[in-house]
This record gives sequence, structure tokens and C-alpha cells, in this order.
Amino acid sequence: MVFGPPLELFPNGIIHYAVGGLLVGLGVVVIYLGTGLTPGASTVLESTLSYVSDREWFQRPSLTASRSWRLVFTLGIVSGAALYALVLGEGIWTTEVQLWRLAIGGFLVGVGTRVGKGCTSGHGICGIGSLSGTSVVNVLLFLSVAILTAGAVAALGVSP
Amino acid sequence: MNDRGLGFLGLVYVGGLLFGLGLAVSQMARPEVVLDFLQLEDLGLLFVMGGGAALAGVVFAIASRSGRSAPLTGRPYGLRLREFDRNVAIGGVIFGVGWGLSGICPGAAYASVGIGNYPILIAIAGMFAGAYVQGVLR
Repeated sequence: MVFGPPLELFPNGIIHYAVGGLLVGLGVVVIYLGTGLTPGASTVLESTLSYVSDREWFQRPSLTASRSWRLVFTLGIVSGAALYALVLGEGIWTTEVQLWRLAIGGFLVGVGTRVGKGCTSGHGICGIGSLSGTSVVNVLLFLSVAILTAGAVAALGVSP
Repeated sequence: MNDRGLGFLGLVYVGGLLFGLGLAVSQMARPEVVLDFLQLEDLGLLFVMGGGAALAGVVFAIASRSGRSAPLTGRPYGLRLREFDRNVAIGGVIFGVGWGLSGICPGAAYASVGIGNYPILIAIAGMFAGAYVQGVLR
């Protein structure tokens, strides 16, 4: 073929992605309408550290005042996914991605969300939903850098 | 100070539950699916962030214009606006390297625990370590 094989953008369809995204948004909306809070998933990392570190940075009032509901939010996320795994019968699933990738990647995610004031949910859902220019810049940056990184890692033959 | 009552925490739990259910239904809780997306082999994840942001955006826009306050906290409905500075860009780049390397972001990592993916705990330990080191060295 002159133009190569047709580019398959959505080989697994889009329904479960769209339904999942709307459920994620619904979770945010439920919390927002009840409490006025725009929850992100990464601040719990810092706010939970306030339980174990006396450092002034982790004892900021914004963290100590929000640490209990942030933990409850996180427990809710775990429970919702567990509900899916148990009720929809897919059962337990474990990743094949190599542990060093998870460990180092997780570390950089932890640093990056704190330096950058948010993550895929704080900037990606709540910030974009607020039409925040700051969040748009952050998301475009992390998305393009992640695409380059994942591509480079794959090109080096690391899989998965 | 941080006890805002069972109604408040119950609602946050329900919201988190829907949020985690969505991450599991969309398969974003699986690093492999995220890595396929980042390698541009399946762009479906655009609908997760896009769908979530669109729904949140409509509700945020209506509520923040209403001038009302949230019933459980008395907090006025507002938007999530953060001031832009150099750190937003630097943090985005660091986050991007981590996300591209591991296929895991914070919310999806918690959801991944829920689907029994115990190796993800090492990523979550990494996230806590990263947040701690950032707080110490900043």
C-alpha cells in the first residue's frame, strides 16, 4: 500500500474508555457538589507523610487539615476498582511491567506531581475541567514527555 | 480540625469509589494499557481524561457561576486554578518521564491495588519516597 497500513487508533474500541472516563468524572463531581473540593489523587502522598514526618513542610495546615479525607478518597479508589475486579468477574490481575520500571517511574511520578502541583487527575481532570492554563501546560508537557519516554524505552528493547 | 463528620467522609468515599471504578472499567489501572497508549498503539485513554474533564468541566462551570456554596462544607463552588510558575513545567516533565517509564500515575496506582495488582505497591512506595525526597530537598 502506498500509504502503509491503515492506522488503527482504537483497536479495542472506545466504549469502556468513555464509560470509565465518565465514571471518573462522576466521582469528582459527587465530591465537588457535596464539598466544593476538586480532588486530585497525588496530594495524599504528601498529606499522609504528615502523619509520620515532623518536618514543617509536611505539617502545613493545608495537608494536616485534609489528610483524613484524602486517605478516605484513596480508600474509595481502591474499593471501587476492587468492586470491578470482584463483581465483574475479571478477578485478580497483575502486571508484567518490570519492577525497576515501576520503582523508578513511581519515584519520578512522586517527585513530579509535588513539584508540578498535580497529576493526571488534579491537573488532567479538575484543572482541565476548570479551563486552567496552568493545568493545560502541565498536561501537554507530561503527556508529550511520557510519549517520548515510553517510545525511547520500547526502542531500547525493554518489554514490558 | 480535620474531622468534618461522617457525612462528609462518606461522600468522599463514594466519590472515590466511582473514581476507582472508572479507572478499573477503563483499564487505566493496568500499566500495560497506559504504555500501549503512550506508544500510540491504542489512543482510547484520551476518552478517559477527556470524558472525565468534560463532565467535571460542565459541572464546575455551572456551579461556580451559581454563586452557591457546597452543603457539607459551606465552601463556595470554585474552580481549580493554580498559579503558573517554572515548577509547573519542571514538575510536568519529571512526571512525564516517570509516567512514560512505569505506565502508572497516582490515581491509577491506587485503583491497581484494588484489582489485586500487588507488584504496583513498589510503584506506590516509589511515589511516597519521591514525595518525601522532594519535600526534604526543595
